[in-house]
Amino acid sequence: MAGGRTRRGVLPGFGLSMGFTLTYLSVIVLLPLSTLLWKSAGLTWAQFWHTATGPRELAAYRLSFSAALGAAAINLLFGLLLAWVLERYEFPGKRLVDVLVDLPFALPTAVAGIALASIYAREGWLGRWLEPAGIHVAFTPLGVMVALIFVGLPFVVRTVQPVLHELSPEIEEAAATLGAGRRLTFQRVILPELLPAALTGFVLALARALGEYGSVIFIAGNMPMRSEITPLLIMIKLEEYDYAGATAIALVFLLASFSLLLLVNVLSWRRGDAPALPA
Amino acid sequence: MTPPPAARSRHLGESPAVRRLLIGAAMAFLVLVLFVPLLAVFAKALAKGVAAFAAAVRDPDILAAIRLTLLTAGIAVPINVLFGLAVAWAVTHFRFAGKKLLVTLIDLPFSVSPVIAGVIFVLLCGGRGLLGPFLAAHDIKIIFALPGLVLATMFVTSPLVARELIPLMQAQGDDEEQAAITLGASGWRTFWHVSLPKMRWGLLYGVVLCNARAMGEFGAVSVVSGHIRGVTTTMPLQVEILYNDYQFAAAFAVSSLLALLALATLVIKSWIARHAP
Repeated sequence: MAGGRTRRGVLPGFGLSMGFTLTYLSVIVLLPLSTLLWKSAGLTWAQFWHTATGPRELAAYRLSFSAALGAAAINLLFGLLLAWVLERYEFPGKRLVDVLVDLPFALPTAVAGIALASIYAREGWLGRWLEPAGIHVAFTPLGVMVALIFVGLPFVVRTVQPVLHELSPEIEEAAATLGAGRRLTFQRVILPELLPAALTGFVLALARALGEYGSVIFIAGNMPMRSEITPLLIMIKLEEYDYAGATAIALVFLLASFSLLLLVNVLSWRRGDAPALPA
Repeated sequence: MTPPPAARSRHLGESPAVRRLLIGAAMAFLVLVLFVPLLAVFAKALAKGVAAFAAAVRDPDILAAIRLTLLTAGIAVPINVLFGLAVAWAVTHFRFAGKKLLVTLIDLPFSVSPVIAGVIFVLLCGGRGLLGPFLAAHDIKIIFALPGLVLATMFVTSPLVARELIPLMQAQGDDEEQAAITLGASGWRTFWHVSLPKMRWGLLYGVVLCNARAMGEFGAVSVVSGHIRGVTTTMPLQVEILYNDYQFAAAFAVSSLLALLALATLVIKSWIARHAP
């Protein structure tokens, strides 16, 4: 464009809309977030390291990351399957199913949490079958993963569905004409098209699962070193007035989440469209 | 000559057996992960009969929680709508340096754990926080009070309206607005009579999602609420208190109201998806 990098076109309102945007973003998001850095700055590096990497903290990071990764992997697999089934096949109740896939976006996490806890309890609908079989879900890391599978379910489905919808049938026809079987066509032609979107969905589900709190705490049992997730540990530190501890753990955890967001955006910029985000 | 549809699908689609297997696996997963928990909420809410359910939701603490939830969302959602409109207007109608950075910053709250979202407001406005002494000197209560709940809710839900409006307004372009301005309409008149009608479906969609999230938010408000019964407990926090008190029927009664809100949100969402142009 001729002129500077800022183009003031015919339309008015740049100053007002930009001013409001930046003010709101600063007051509601950036200023509060910066308090984490401000509080951490009061700690020496050794103190920070000591606080953020105690055995209980390390166990919490390990559980949070492994359960979130496991849940996001399962969501990736079943998300692809669900997107495929919803886009390609007809079956009774399909419209209803398509609507209900978004339930985890709309259902308050605490509601999901107590529902899952009651289902997988010893006397619960599923717990009464699983417990005698030696599968313990409630109050175990597996329970954490079950809750995270619930909250992350829609992401991959919703990122893959539009791509599958836009996929032109000609390339599949071409593959079939050239003699490729259905499996080969899927592996070599369809899957590579879906993979970037599926990966975006995977990372979004992962980011959501890492920070998740409400749906997990009821089913997890919250035993230190065993089934205590990082957000809960931050909450506990805060309730004990250990502000330095809460801040250090929160900062470490936040940096990990931001790296993920960056990855999502870099992936989608490379695909040349806006970052796909939930709902 | 194009082959009849049946022949096409035989060559290009999967065999009926594979098809049934895939549908079966997908539905089994959904039933297990989504439908059983959803059904459990309503079954347990009504386990002791409709009368017990009605008595439970008429409890004064629960009514106070419902009022507080409506009030919190009633403040946070409209402000976020204004934010979403401002962001979308700035990002889609103008060219400026750092636009990608701005869009990334708007999405930031999505990757912040709700608990951390609550913690930062305690660090900022709490008794020992950055602004603590100032707020105490002026007798302003934010943490463990309504303003804290609203702030935490606004943080968590701030990207939702903007997220819906940006792609929509980008796709629609601004030819109509340009025409209106060129023909002499004022900026506000153009906004009210041209832009707002154009984006009404996307805006409604954003409002519905933002509202569902605002009313259901748990982690962030849990940190800033202090759980003062009848005063700073929203509906999701009331669910936690009742559940931890072993009042399961009442906990699920409140949960079922929130689940109905979620279902209503999904119904409106799909209605918009079918009716929007």
